[in-house]
Amino acid sequence: MSDQTLQNAPAARFRRSTTESFAVRTTLIVLSVLFLGVFLLFPLAVVFVEASKQGMGAYLEALQEPDALSAIKLTLLVAAIAVPANLVFGVAASWAIAKFDFRGKPFLITLIDLPFSVSPVIAGLIYVILFGTQGYLGPWLQSYGIQVVFAVPGIVLATIFVTFPFVARELIPLMQEQGRQDEEAAISLGASGFQTFCKVTLPNIKWGLMYGVLLCNARAMGEFGAVSVVSGHIRGQTNTMPLHVEILYNDYQWAAAFAVASLLALLALVTLVVKTVLEWRFGAELATARRH
Amino acid sequence: MASTAAIQWRRPNVIPGFGLTFGFTLTYLSLIVLIPIAALILRTTSLSWEQFWGIASNERVLAALRLSFGASFIAALVNAVFGLMVAWVLVRYRFPGRRILDAIVDLPFALPTAVAGIALTAIFAPTGWIGQYFEAFGIKIAYTTTGIIIALTFIGLPFVVRTVQPVIEEIDREVEEAAATLGANRFQAVFKVVLPTLLPALLTGFVLAMARAVGEYGSVIFIAGNIPYVTEIAPLLIVIRLEEFDYGGATAIATLMLVISFAMFLAINLIQAWARRRFGDV
Repeated sequence: MSDQTLQNAPAARFRRSTTESFAVRTTLIVLSVLFLGVFLLFPLAVVFVEASKQGMGAYLEALQEPDALSAIKLTLLVAAIAVPANLVFGVAASWAIAKFDFRGKPFLITLIDLPFSVSPVIAGLIYVILFGTQGYLGPWLQSYGIQVVFAVPGIVLATIFVTFPFVARELIPLMQEQGRQDEEAAISLGASGFQTFCKVTLPNIKWGLMYGVLLCNARAMGEFGAVSVVSGHIRGQTNTMPLHVEILYNDYQWAAAFAVASLLALLALVTLVVKTVLEWRFGAELATARRH
Repeated sequence: MASTAAIQWRRPNVIPGFGLTFGFTLTYLSLIVLIPIAALILRTTSLSWEQFWGIASNERVLAALRLSFGASFIAALVNAVFGLMVAWVLVRYRFPGRRILDAIVDLPFALPTAVAGIALTAIFAPTGWIGQYFEAFGIKIAYTTTGIIIALTFIGLPFVVRTVQPVIEEIDREVEEAAATLGANRFQAVFKVVLPTLLPALLTGFVLAMARAVGEYGSVIFIAGNIPYVTEIAPLLIVIRLEEFDYGGATAIATLMLVISFAMFLAINLIQAWARRRFGDV
């Protein structure tokens, strides 16, 4: 840079020296809008357009079909188990990690993040290896009549695995940032541990908690790869909504596939809106640092 | 942390509940994550080395791995370029609709992958919304490698934007002012002063996007065409092996993918450690 330092200053143009020219700015903005429009917004819009192509009657019919209804029910059931399970885990893990000092803490955090770096297909595969008919525990469980893989428990397990870190990774940095003085004060004033958590910690972390649950839920309801491996695709029994979309699509029932898909897209939209509102209103209270 | 008492494993603390929460954390982590992954590794070690090598060097497996990692690499590159641009535009410029655009970036996190898959296929198929115009020129997008790269770009974009964005926000504008005062034009200031400080974050975002893309299944299988040796990605090959009840084959490919992914994960940590030394806390 030093060679050019003594160039004479550009003629008096009233532009701040730390931004780009109007033309460059406009080009970059237009390119960004186009890129996000084509790659993100357009697919979302296409889902709704394709879903409504056959008219409202066909749309509602596709959603009221028994297989579709049972897929919706199963998806809700799986999320209703997986999300609270990971919620409890997330709170427990962040309490242990943020409020105490112990050795190996970074390693524990890495292990908690591990499911994010595992392919969903592999997440399904590990449960097949453990609980499948040729698996380590499968034959033993089957002798007691317990079926895990190709049944609902396997779907729940695979969903818990892929959504495992969501709540924890939201709460850990948040609680670490908040420190422990509040809790220490409450304890020294005679509050029990449970009281301290409910009345001191929980109000501090509630928005972060909601944020984590929101993302966890979106993934739990939308998971495809892991669930696809363990489900066995039994219509009306082990089909979740994303799997039902695939079956309809491969059957060339495009309108019906997009009708079910539009429900999932709606879920994504609601998730995005709530998430954005949380960020705008409580941005300072969320662990805004570096979420991926 | 524990330097005050080298013998103690945990520092004493008045807050209760360590045993309960730590115990629960470890138990749950072991049951859901560690034991099942250990089972995968155990299963792989039950293969002899020759068997493992036979599976790993199989032409179809190699083609799938090459495709998965190659397409993911290109998609991550596209995301690095456009993600950086989007992050820059979102942080630095003010224009109508900016906040909506900002919110939209997270769509790939929220939209189920199967939905993304069929939507992208509806757009890029030869009869699709955009695909038909390319088809007129004889260019195929869906059911080719291009289609796979598009799907992987879709799911990887937020990783780059969300990693780079906070770092751009934290750039000290005075550095740019100093560069300008010293006579650097805007191009020089951006490319010689600003971008180097963004490089670690950009690399991290690149690796995150690529790691996610390598394992991606749902959004790809619809648009890929899934022709063995040509458009068959590695995760799909695992599923196919499982459906053939070839557990050994499935676990071997999965282990290969895991090893490569962990190597990439390690790379992120090394990049971050290097960046911390070079640029301070990132």
